[in-house]
Amino acid sequence: MYAQMVKSTGKGVQALEEMSREERAFQERIDRGEKIEPKEWMPDAYRKNLIRQIGQHAHSEIVGQLPEGNWITRAPTLERKANLLAKVQDEAGHGLYLYCAAETLGVSRDELFEMLHSGKMKYSSIFNYPTLTWADMGAVGWLVDGAAIMNQVPLQRTSYGPYARAMVRICKEESFHQRQGFQIMMVMANGSKDQKRMAQDALNRFWGPALMMFGPSDKDSVHSAQSMAWKIKMNSNDELRQKFVDETVPQAEYLDLKVPDENLKWNEETGHYDFSQPDWDEFYDVLKGNGPCNHERLEARKKAWDEGAWVREAMMAHAEKKAAKKQAAE
Amino acid sequence: MSDKKEWPLWEVFIRGQHGMSHRHVGSLHASDNEMAMKNARDVYTRRNEGVSIWVVEAQHISASVPSEKGPMFDPAKDKVYRHPTFYELPDEAGNM
Ligand SMILES: [Fe+2]
Ligand SMILES: [Fe+2]
Repeated sequence: MYAQMVKSTGKGVQALEEMSREERAFQERIDRGEKIEPKEWMPDAYRKNLIRQIGQHAHSEIVGQLPEGNWITRAPTLERKANLLAKVQDEAGHGLYLYCAAETLGVSRDELFEMLHSGKMKYSSIFNYPTLTWADMGAVGWLVDGAAIMNQVPLQRTSYGPYARAMVRICKEESFHQRQGFQIMMVMANGSKDQKRMAQDALNRFWGPALMMFGPSDKDSVHSAQSMAWKIKMNSNDELRQKFVDETVPQAEYLDLKVPDENLKWNEETGHYDFSQPDWDEFYDVLKGNGPCNHERLEARKKAWDEGAWVREAMMAHAEKKAAKKQAAE
Repeated sequence: MSDKKEWPLWEVFIRGQHGMSHRHVGSLHASDNEMAMKNARDVYTRRNEGVSIWVVEAQHISASVPSEKGPMFDPAKDKVYRHPTFYELPDEAGNM
């Protein structure tokens, strides 16, 4: 999802007997449900995986502001504008909480930004799709934040203390995001014929990319087992995707919109919906940088970073001068 | 990596309600204490989470060392006589 393809550095899961004494004590702490805190001993691979995962998650929150920021100046009413502004500001906050959590693992904020800007670190594929109409603000809140919530709620129990605490804050703020999106969809779906058509079109375009947010199918996701043992991943990709479909389909029905999947149907036996897999070729292609907005998103990030450099430097110079003056006066 | 200096890290403490202690809520980067205070307000109190904020530059905090947890905290474990339940009193003595 926000961390879709986190490559693990481990070589698969070790049995307790194969571990060194330290590794074993560490794994036993995790098995007991203890939280790991910064500066405590941890296997190098645990640290590296977490930096990648939390970093990717943070980048997604930050880049995720762009498709929605696109509509702030064009929101249809002042109230909608205030709602959207508050949501986008929350996402900035989510990015900040997560960057701070990553920094406790010994990577600096600037290093994280540079890895994002150079393409060494990724962000969620979902933000490489354009937001073409106002209805997309509804679909993004409803589906994208909905999928994010599905992944973030279990991560509140993740083994790394600062990550878990960041997730608790984020989850508290997230539900308003989904609700405001669904409400936009309700208004559009019950509006004029054109508005309803826009709502349907937004659902058509975001359904597949939203399913991709959970990452590749379990059988193709080779890095999951170690992350699950370390409790930095709590559920399998397919499990969460199914849960998302099961919760979202009735909501679409309520809106009287059609989920764009011919194979979608309730399965009495399993108690779940059967559904088609999204286009995985498209997914890998977008991850490689070939989505409709990859270039635009990254350029916007780099531009903001580069053009803000003089401000960051000036503020630092001012602070140093002020501190020197104060010291001289004492 | 550029050689530009990063803004220092600040730890943020918030008093959630009157009568409660300040509690650590997270951290942020800022060039000085004024900016740290403004950022703390925007990042950590967007929904009325506080009535007072402290910001402290992280480098000024001394922390206990995780690997010395044993010698640091174990001595308190065997001093059960520091708890009221250690002292058995008859019911006749009433609440004490
Ligand atoms: Fe978020
Ligand atoms: Fe959100």
